[in-house]
Amino acid sequence: MELLQLLIEAGFWAATVRMATPLIFGTLGELICERAGVLNLGIEGIMAAGCMTGWTWVYFGGDLWTGVLFAAFIGALFGLLHALFTVHLGLSQHVTGLGITMLATALSAFVFRMLLPNATTPPKIIPFESMHIPVLSKVPFIGEVLFTQSPMTIFALVCVVVVAYFLNRTPAGLALCMTGENPMAVESQGLSVFAIRTAAVMLGSAFMAIGGAFLTMSAFDAFYIGMVNGRGWICIALVVFSSWKPGKALLGTLIFAAFDALQMRVQQQSSMVVPYQFYLMMPYVFSIVALIVMSRRSAYPKALLIPFRKGER
Amino acid sequence: MNNEPLLSLKGITKTFGSLVANDGIDLDLYKGEILALLGENGAGKTTLMNILFGHYVADKGVVEINGHALLPGSPKEALKEGLGMVHQHFTLADNMTVLDNIMLGTESLLSLSRKNTGAIEKIKNLTKQYEIDVNPHSLVKNLSVGQRQRVEILKALYRDVRILILDEPTAVLTPQESDHLFATLRLLVDEGLAIIFITHKLREVMAASDRCLVLRHGKNIYESKTSETSIDKLAQEMVGGELPRVERIPAVPGEVMLSLEEIGVTDSSGYHLLENISLTVNSREIVGIAGVSGNGQSQLADLISGLLKPSSGTFTLHGKQISNPTPLFMIKQGVGRIPEDRTSTGIVGDMSVLENMALESYWKDEFNRYGLIDFKALLEHTESLSKQFDVRSGGPNASARTMSGGNIQKLILARVLSENPSVIIANQPTWGLDVGATAFVHRQLIEASRNGAGVVLISEDLDELFGVVDTIQVMYQGTLSKPIDPAKTTASELGLAMSGHRDIEHSSLLREAVA
Amino acid sequence: MLQAVVPFSAALAALLCCSVLIIWAGASPFEAFALLVKGAVGSKFAISETLTRATPLIFTGLAAAVAFRAKLWNIGAEGQFYAGACMATWLGTGVVDLPAWLMVPFLFAAGAIAGGLLLLGPTLLKTKLAVDEVVTTLLLNFIVLLFVNWLVFGPWKDPMAMGWPQAEPVIDSALLGLIIPKTRLHWGLIIALFTSIAVWFLMRFTTWGYEIRSVGHNPKASGFAGIPVNKVVIRTALLSGGLAGFAGVSELCGLKGYLTLDLSPGFGYSGIVVAMLASLHPLGVILSSLFIAILSIGADSMSRSLNISNYIADVATSISLLAVLVSMLLTKYRIRWR
Repeated sequence: MELLQLLIEAGFWAATVRMATPLIFGTLGELICERAGVLNLGIEGIMAAGCMTGWTWVYFGGDLWTGVLFAAFIGALFGLLHALFTVHLGLSQHVTGLGITMLATALSAFVFRMLLPNATTPPKIIPFESMHIPVLSKVPFIGEVLFTQSPMTIFALVCVVVVAYFLNRTPAGLALCMTGENPMAVESQGLSVFAIRTAAVMLGSAFMAIGGAFLTMSAFDAFYIGMVNGRGWICIALVVFSSWKPGKALLGTLIFAAFDALQMRVQQQSSMVVPYQFYLMMPYVFSIVALIVMSRRSAYPKALLIPFRKGER
Repeated sequence: MNNEPLLSLKGITKTFGSLVANDGIDLDLYKGEILALLGENGAGKTTLMNILFGHYVADKGVVEINGHALLPGSPKEALKEGLGMVHQHFTLADNMTVLDNIMLGTESLLSLSRKNTGAIEKIKNLTKQYEIDVNPHSLVKNLSVGQRQRVEILKALYRDVRILILDEPTAVLTPQESDHLFATLRLLVDEGLAIIFITHKLREVMAASDRCLVLRHGKNIYESKTSETSIDKLAQEMVGGELPRVERIPAVPGEVMLSLEEIGVTDSSGYHLLENISLTVNSREIVGIAGVSGNGQSQLADLISGLLKPSSGTFTLHGKQISNPTPLFMIKQGVGRIPEDRTSTGIVGDMSVLENMALESYWKDEFNRYGLIDFKALLEHTESLSKQFDVRSGGPNASARTMSGGNIQKLILARVLSENPSVIIANQPTWGLDVGATAFVHRQLIEASRNGAGVVLISEDLDELFGVVDTIQVMYQGTLSKPIDPAKTTASELGLAMSGHRDIEHSSLLREAVA
Repeated sequence: MLQAVVPFSAALAALLCCSVLIIWAGASPFEAFALLVKGAVGSKFAISETLTRATPLIFTGLAAAVAFRAKLWNIGAEGQFYAGACMATWLGTGVVDLPAWLMVPFLFAAGAIAGGLLLLGPTLLKTKLAVDEVVTTLLLNFIVLLFVNWLVFGPWKDPMAMGWPQAEPVIDSALLGLIIPKTRLHWGLIIALFTSIAVWFLMRFTTWGYEIRSVGHNPKASGFAGIPVNKVVIRTALLSGGLAGFAGVSELCGLKGYLTLDLSPGFGYSGIVVAMLASLHPLGVILSSLFIAILSIGADSMSRSLNISNYIADVATSISLLAVLVSMLLTKYRIRWR
């Protein structure tokens, strides 16, 4: 009974869409990398870097949207580093990604501590305010759920449409998808696999960083070390769950966020019976389940994880 | 034929480390002709064409096209100048449509949308004009090998190609499909294209080309109008002397070693990989399995190697029925297996020659005590086998990856034959080897059969089968024909069987029809 | 031994990059590194601290090295560490009472079994369902840490600990004594050294080691040659998880004496860097764990004198990992990535 009541509550779904936002950016970003054939395990660290850099930009006087841009730029830099290692040098995508996660996380912590050494309570910024889109936000239910969200959330939803269009209907998107399926096909049509993969990883990493920035610039208003808390890894599971399609990715992140929002509500009410730690475990458990469920149907990009060696027959 | 060549390669030289792949090669191509580029495996043909198309950059020399120099190392430039290439290993994305594969790279990457309708129009016109039968909306993975090749050609035609390069185009086709391909090439040439095709099949050169050029050890050593030369002359030039002859004295077959009766293998989705397979291998007999690759040969080899379980039928080895084979079990039963892809399945490239030689015997008592490996014994073993089988490498501790293809195959043969197997399954054992190494492999297999082994030789090369085996069975879409006496049939008859026409018993009728 | 070039050049690259950060922070790299070295090995006590810090890293480094040799990407050593520590807490706080010479091996064995079983799950998902083990082992870490969180705040909370979230201490016979009195250096180091030698022997001279290497380099050819690939991967998982479990038992019974939430400040993840710096060589792991320990202890000391956050140790560690990859390329010694 209570569950059903919850499910028709606009506030619940509004919270779901809000919580899904960083996951949407992260999943879209990883999806772009993987469609081009590159597994980017740096996502957890890049999100942390986005978290820190966007927030710091605003704290030191910048405005919010240029902060997002700056975070995206930093993300793209880490993406470039990843691409140099994995695309140009053909090194292990697994180890490179882990190294970048460690590096980005460590650098974020280090730079933050150096910039704000005396912070005992975390300093705050003024985050994005919820937009109230005229007319649409007055629509019952959907108005609250979709049209009274942070501008970054609206941006995330727009990105899903744009990325889907890009991959399916533009020549550049076709080239990117082909690069993940058969790089030799791309090379023999006169395009550069290295250039396409590098651009894809940089673009994907920029999205990931924006996802991180959402946490400190919209969802919350302060940065603390460790706040990404595994969301990056969850995005990797969600990419598999989405069969590498943006539309399904949106669906996956919403389902996931819904369960997360649900778990938080239930936790508040029944923490006597089941300890709260077990509720907090749920997102990670679900991610593992998602991976298991999708294992049979994997329609993964055929050239994923295989470095392209120029000139080797 | 015009006086000015459409395409001119001058003094092309390319070395990979210490290997000279191309050595000062000159080549001219004229409008409206089909030029065949011949040579053994490793002669430098593919390297030359890869340089032409821009995948590699030549160390020395220049490519002139339409009178001016072609920018090296850029497939984009090559495409712009009207060059098109059909690669030996198809450059198609299986999970995408024919349309996607053809349109890739033909529109500006900055363009905001794909112009599909125009493309489909153009493709429909091309398919009609050149009698190519392919639906632009099909997924590539659902197409047959012959259809995929046609898509590769369409890719080039879509880009208004004027010079088409084909690298070993008939490697995956039946004789009949090859004829169809060459007919299409003739049509193209009549419309004004010029074509180069790489092959090592002399019959094709004589049948389909106007001019031919032979490469040996990276040098252009012979050139002629096809009408003015012969198969024997070409063969001689390719090898540079007499072809090594392999003596095959038909032996009297002994007792049954291996027997497959109405074997069927289905995969997890119910698809029949093998259907109603019946095969008997006797001691001292060599059974040849002919067929275009992809018709179940890999599955048959996997079955006998112990990697696949039969879903139905009876599998008997030395008179005992086998129901749950594993590779280790088959090895212990005396089955010697030579895999199809020697570098990916036959050796562990990053381990040493010694460790690779021990791959199927490290657990044996003479090399292993209570889980501890006796490396000294293995060293002696490796050294003596390397000598016996002429395996050349950088030493027992050198990485196996550094060996040449021929030496890798010799290592695998050494490993297998030193155990005196009673059954040998050899899957494309001479693929990619030069004439000398090929002859060595044949000699070893024949000697093994003389020593009592029953050999199954899977090969796409009909010449190899005719030269080595006692009986031939043709594989087609997971089924196996009855045994055929090689003395009583021809390549074109086998070709018909390879494309599904059964009943070779009515060979005389077919002979008339095909002639 | 060209292989030695790899870790040295990686370490050098890491230190050079960190110099840039130190200059940005307004200090002299020479001064910073001098303080770092002094803080790590400049006194008997410092050396003992560094060796103490290296002990769990040897175990988790071995865990990663063994797993990575089989191309089993075990990123879950952090969770397996805690699995071992929890098992040792459960059995070592009074449930079982044995004399020390039996108790210690018993707890180590139990901890190893816990760690191995934890990794078994993701490994079976890999062998049976082709689920990538990187993400599953990572996600398990978060789950295990939350579980430990519940234990030390909940059922295992020590009522005598004045409110601190920690479990009851293990009984005396479970404690690993100190090698050097008045320091924190415990017998876990000796156990770690012997374990390293044992793993080296296993990998070099036994069938298990040969099979692990073969499967790691080329599972297809190994399977074709009759090696039971899945069995080998599972064996490797049990061994790797077990080694990480050892780390947990060692820290619990040697250093702290009781289970806390911060028993591991990321030893599982650092173990990966240790393994890579050692080019996956079991004996090399000893040296590279010393390097990482020096960075860690030295940075703590240095950050107290200069105003440089001790997170610089993590930065240096992660740069080392990336630098190892590049230097492997340059020395032509490669683990083939595929």
